[in-house]
Amino acid sequence: MSALRHGKYPFILTFLIPPVGIYALYMLSPYVQAIYISLTEWSGLSANQKFIGFDNYVEMWNDDQLRTALRNNLILLVVVPVLTLVLGLFFASMLNVGGRGRSQAITGVRGSSIYKVVYFFPQVLPHAIVAIMFAYVFAPSNAGGILNNILEAIGLGSLTQLWLGEPKYLIWIVVLVMTWAFVGFYVVLFSAAMQSIPRDIYEAALLDGSSRLTTFRKVTLPLVWDTVQVGWVYMAIQAMDGFAIVHIMLGVNGGVQGAGDVLGVAIYRAAFADYDFGYAAAIGVLMLALTMTIVVLFMRVLRRERVELA
Amino acid sequence: MSSSIERSTAGMSSDRRTFLQRMAITGVALGPGAAFLSSCATGGGGDDEEGGGSEPTGDVSEDNPLGMPEDGTVEIYIFDGGFGDAYATDVHQPIFSEKWPDVTIDHNAAVDIAGELQARFVAGDPPDFVNNSGDGQLDGGQLITDGQLHSLEELLDAPSWDDPATPVRDTLIPGTVEMGARDGEMFALNYAFTVFGLWYNKTLLDENGWTVPTTWQQMMDLCAEIKAAGIAPWVYQGVTAPRYMNWPLLTMAAKLAGPEILVPIDNLEEGAWGHEAIRESAAAIRSLKENDYFLKGVEGMEFRDAQGLWARGKAVFCPSGSWLENEEADAIGEDPTFEMAMMPQPLLSEDAVMPIETVRATAGEPYIVPADAKNPRGGMEYMRAMLSVEGARGFTDTVTSLTSVAEANQGVEIQAPGLSSAKDALNAAGDNVINWMYPTWYPTMENPGIDQATGALLRADITVDEWVQQCEKVAADIRKDDSIVKQTREG
Repeated sequence: MSALRHGKYPFILTFLIPPVGIYALYMLSPYVQAIYISLTEWSGLSANQKFIGFDNYVEMWNDDQLRTALRNNLILLVVVPVLTLVLGLFFASMLNVGGRGRSQAITGVRGSSIYKVVYFFPQVLPHAIVAIMFAYVFAPSNAGGILNNILEAIGLGSLTQLWLGEPKYLIWIVVLVMTWAFVGFYVVLFSAAMQSIPRDIYEAALLDGSSRLTTFRKVTLPLVWDTVQVGWVYMAIQAMDGFAIVHIMLGVNGGVQGAGDVLGVAIYRAAFADYDFGYAAAIGVLMLALTMTIVVLFMRVLRRERVELA
Repeated sequence: MSSSIERSTAGMSSDRRTFLQRMAITGVALGPGAAFLSSCATGGGGDDEEGGGSEPTGDVSEDNPLGMPEDGTVEIYIFDGGFGDAYATDVHQPIFSEKWPDVTIDHNAAVDIAGELQARFVAGDPPDFVNNSGDGQLDGGQLITDGQLHSLEELLDAPSWDDPATPVRDTLIPGTVEMGARDGEMFALNYAFTVFGLWYNKTLLDENGWTVPTTWQQMMDLCAEIKAAGIAPWVYQGVTAPRYMNWPLLTMAAKLAGPEILVPIDNLEEGAWGHEAIRESAAAIRSLKENDYFLKGVEGMEFRDAQGLWARGKAVFCPSGSWLENEEADAIGEDPTFEMAMMPQPLLSEDAVMPIETVRATAGEPYIVPADAKNPRGGMEYMRAMLSVEGARGFTDTVTSLTSVAEANQGVEIQAPGLSSAKDALNAAGDNVINWMYPTWYPTMENPGIDQATGALLRADITVDEWVQQCEKVAADIRKDDSIVKQTREG
């Protein structure tokens, strides 16, 4: 026993140093370097970095396109998590506790095992494929646009639009695509949480004559709230990104008039179209600050009393 | 019974654990290389000063005018895009190796040039020869500003591959040197020669007895007829690149008022976009939308979809460069009766200053030799081999594109009908070849800058006056940006 205690610290250090070292080298050091790069003028093509203080941040303040990107990120941040989580919770509860079977009191709706697989499909598709696919969903009908062709086929031809040609639709299309791509994962996540809720609680609620909605509000939601909270934070971080979908579906300039731009694409453009890595790093630092703030805020706001299940 | 909450948290941390494990494995796999990269992002890897003096040389002789070491290695990067890399391995390298059997060619092909080479430029260890092209193209202007490119003046002054009496400079089509030069010094060899014009569906024109319009009025009359026949008169490159319509716009304006109106645009002078001829041309282009002469839905289309519909006979006119035939080869191949041809832009008025035959043409597809290359003279010697008449004709045969080598384009039979018509148009133009430089000098001015303004004009979302204002603002933004190195040209 004493021998073990004697060798405790070297033992722990042996296991800690490699992962912490790797984390510092590959995670922390790039952050620190990016913050330094954001204070320089650097093309990213040579080894010459000129220190310019906060000029890049001043430039950011005056950049109209960056405002559009920021506004879009805020839209994504608010709308996508709400939509995704609401849909995710709805589907998950229908799949797990929404059914009204005869043999068993608590079950999913009919065919839920099939739905479970179907909901998860988008999750196995890479974002690149999702983006290319939706570019075709929203294309004009003569270029194979799926949505417009469906609208025409069911006699709603008057609703067809040049979806990707209209600045005002772009960010909402991104919202829709992101929600579609993410919702399956949260269905699975919430399903797992719901399945671990003891059945007797539901049976008790049922005996008390609780409706499906009340059961959801008073039983399911409080018991999966921790998972919702984690999901919300994940979702917010993912919504701050949006790079792959916007870049591939709308192009490097963020679509018509740059109206679908997001910060991730603005970083890419600053770095690889303008070769202004200093400015790109500055936008990156802005994104880091925003993401951190949001995560902290969400954790605070969403904190609730833990429900102990005996 | 364990709580659901605990269980889900446990799941979480196991996720995080596997994530870290994966990080660790990746870290070990990338190991020293990645560590090196991360250190040089801010550490200062390459040394700019070391380039010049230490390059290896061989003896300068009549045979070896650039003094390349005759038993060295030349590391080559070819952009593996629309042109592929067979023209390099099957045409240029055999020509080079026949003369230099002891020089090893280290051939590499890459789709994403910046992705593969940016870190090597920063580290001061670039290859000897780079075909800097494609989506992952490195910004050539910035490379010059950063002193990363080797001057190609020695190559221009060296005797050409085929004839020791003619220097390389004199074998190039006029304008080629300027295209890759800054302050009179050439840093990039633009090898492919592109002719820009309106590409039309010749089969449709012939079938319907329509004639190629030479004035804008004839164009509008013909468009009315085409539309009445149930075909779309025009397409353009949709959401992807409405800027392609700048080409007919500026070309028609230059034909109307002379090529000198393009100079103030390149020089970023105030009011350059407000010239009367440019307004008139913009109004003409806008009238295509006002009269509904564009293919339905084109403003919401990807450019390949739009061009594909044109190649499949859904529209008659399409603005593009002479790469179009190669780019749409698949769609064109579907219909053996389809024939395309290029026409010069119609004249806006009978009293236009330049003749109808005037075309815009320019050297493109830049090839560079990095300043820090280990064997820059090998890179330049490879260029000299490319610029041989045999090398240039081989390129034309392989990739269906003209080259900047004047002699190679003459008296050569071109099989592809589109390119053949472009070559004829270029020959007919004689000295009336125009071009403008601002997209090369200031890539972000063209895209997204003017691109977005023209996109809005083509949707008729804005008036010609508003378009002029937007273009002026784009030019002013570039003018005021001190971090962009400015260039100017004279008439």
